[in-house]
Amino acid sequence: MQSFLESYLPNVLQLKQEFIQSTAETIYMVIWTALVAGIGGILLGVVLVSTGEGGILKNRLVYSVLEKSINLLRSIPFIIMLALFQPLTRLLVGTTIGTTAALVPLVIGVIPFFARQIENALLEVDSGVIEAAQAMGTSPAGIIFRVYLIEGLPSIVRVSAVTVINLIGLTAMAGAIGAGGLGNLAIARGYNRFQSDVTIVATLIILLLVFISQAISNQLIKKISH
Amino acid sequence: MIELKGIDVTFYQKKTRIEAVKNVSLSIEKGCVYGFVGYSGAGKSTLVRVINLLQRPNTGSVKIKGREITKYTQKELRQQRKKIGMIFQHFHLMKERTIYGNIDFALKYSDLSKTERQAKIEKLLRLVGLSDKKNAYPSQLSGGQKQRVAIARALANDPEILLCDEATSALDPKTTAQILALLQSLNQSLNLTIVLITHEMQVVKEICHKVAVMDRGQVLEQNDIVSIFSQPQQALTQEFIRSATHIDQALTTIYQQISVTKLKENEELIELAYQGHQTSEPLIAQLYSKYQVVTNILYGNVEILQQTPIGHLIVILSGAHEQRKKAFAYLQKQGVRLTHLQVPTSQTTASTLHVS
Repeated sequence: MQSFLESYLPNVLQLKQEFIQSTAETIYMVIWTALVAGIGGILLGVVLVSTGEGGILKNRLVYSVLEKSINLLRSIPFIIMLALFQPLTRLLVGTTIGTTAALVPLVIGVIPFFARQIENALLEVDSGVIEAAQAMGTSPAGIIFRVYLIEGLPSIVRVSAVTVINLIGLTAMAGAIGAGGLGNLAIARGYNRFQSDVTIVATLIILLLVFISQAISNQLIKKISH
Repeated sequence: MIELKGIDVTFYQKKTRIEAVKNVSLSIEKGCVYGFVGYSGAGKSTLVRVINLLQRPNTGSVKIKGREITKYTQKELRQQRKKIGMIFQHFHLMKERTIYGNIDFALKYSDLSKTERQAKIEKLLRLVGLSDKKNAYPSQLSGGQKQRVAIARALANDPEILLCDEATSALDPKTTAQILALLQSLNQSLNLTIVLITHEMQVVKEICHKVAVMDRGQVLEQNDIVSIFSQPQQALTQEFIRSATHIDQALTTIYQQISVTKLKENEELIELAYQGHQTSEPLIAQLYSKYQVVTNILYGNVEILQQTPIGHLIVILSGAHEQRKKAFAYLQKQGVRLTHLQVPTSQTTASTLHVS
């Protein structure tokens, strides 16, 4: 076994510590971004659904400003966004290098995507159920917290999984320009130093993270939907 | 209880003006079961939503118990809505909540304590006959059961009015009858005012005290159920009544019978419509003993609406011309409406072809 690993994955064995650390860095970036962008995205998604056509607090101005900003941010390629938001990152974090610094562009990159996903997820809630809640004298806040966010929960979990998987991809991209993590390892070591076994193992770990996220979300959806 | 005055609702759909409700005024008394009938697109759903302001009218006044609700603040309106239950064609239950949770939703902001709420929900579930399903989810219930849950939910805040938007249209005939029986008993036991809209005259016939017939946003005709069924004024109303009493279906069959297509010199095909006390009169016997006119009944239908029988007969009357004339006069004097039926020529050809 040992000799097999030595002959096929010579560089990986030497980088055992780096692999563990990079995986931890990737997970760190994913979790923090998911938390911050998750809250932001749900907030904006709820605003989109409520102010949009047929929404409970229809407001054309708010909707169109928000929608256009989201479309704009989603149109900027993430790799450019990493560079574009450097001044902001420096202002907020004090540096542009490292995993914490990467959180700024990651959050900005994920929020618009997630907000759109949440909007679509909440639009799946039967408009008749919303109407029934209104007919029962439920306030707009009640409709958001007790109808949209409860009835839409399975869809919210589903789009969250899609977003997290997307986010894992983005952290790898951030890694390439100095954020650390598995992306950094695969590029800085595997690609630049022609240690392709490092690239392969980094890829496998990323795939594993994706599969785990998907599996967790599938289990959750199964558990919470009726 | 409910007073609508000069209600207009106009939508704009891509610059096309849609007048969903046009100048409707009517009032509904407490404890009344009031039905709106009309084909889809007649504006019934829009009008019923005006009553709880889910749809705000462009003009007009909506008064509930004498108070103008269009001037209410959002908060007052929400309080008012708690006192107006509503059920829907597709039930609109929350699928991620249990039956218990669905009813509890309506009670969330009530002043009741947790134990009081629990007792209330148990009571409501007993009322609709679903006590054993309280921990089930809507997806585990049949259509009729879902509508029962919706009714329990609508009654949670002790409303005085229940709005039913095509509440039985998605149910099979047997379940429809059960739901209507439940609504009727609620009307009687709680003195609940029920406003229901439907495209089925059958539903109206079962439980309504009063009916309004709607077409293209207007109320064509409104009256108590007996008058509507016995003396429909508008063509559309007549069409609905005839479909409910199956007269048109019967006529199609009758027109194909040889005895009808080959009427003799002294015979006539007549439709008789009568109501109330006349039913008990032995009219047909009288026709023979007084005028020697023989009645051959081809089809008969008697509906009992609010304890008033309403009958429709399709008969062939045979007798001498003079005697028949006298018999008609007698019938008319008794308040029976007569219609002379002509066998349509196309039908005749069709049936002759069929025979040959």
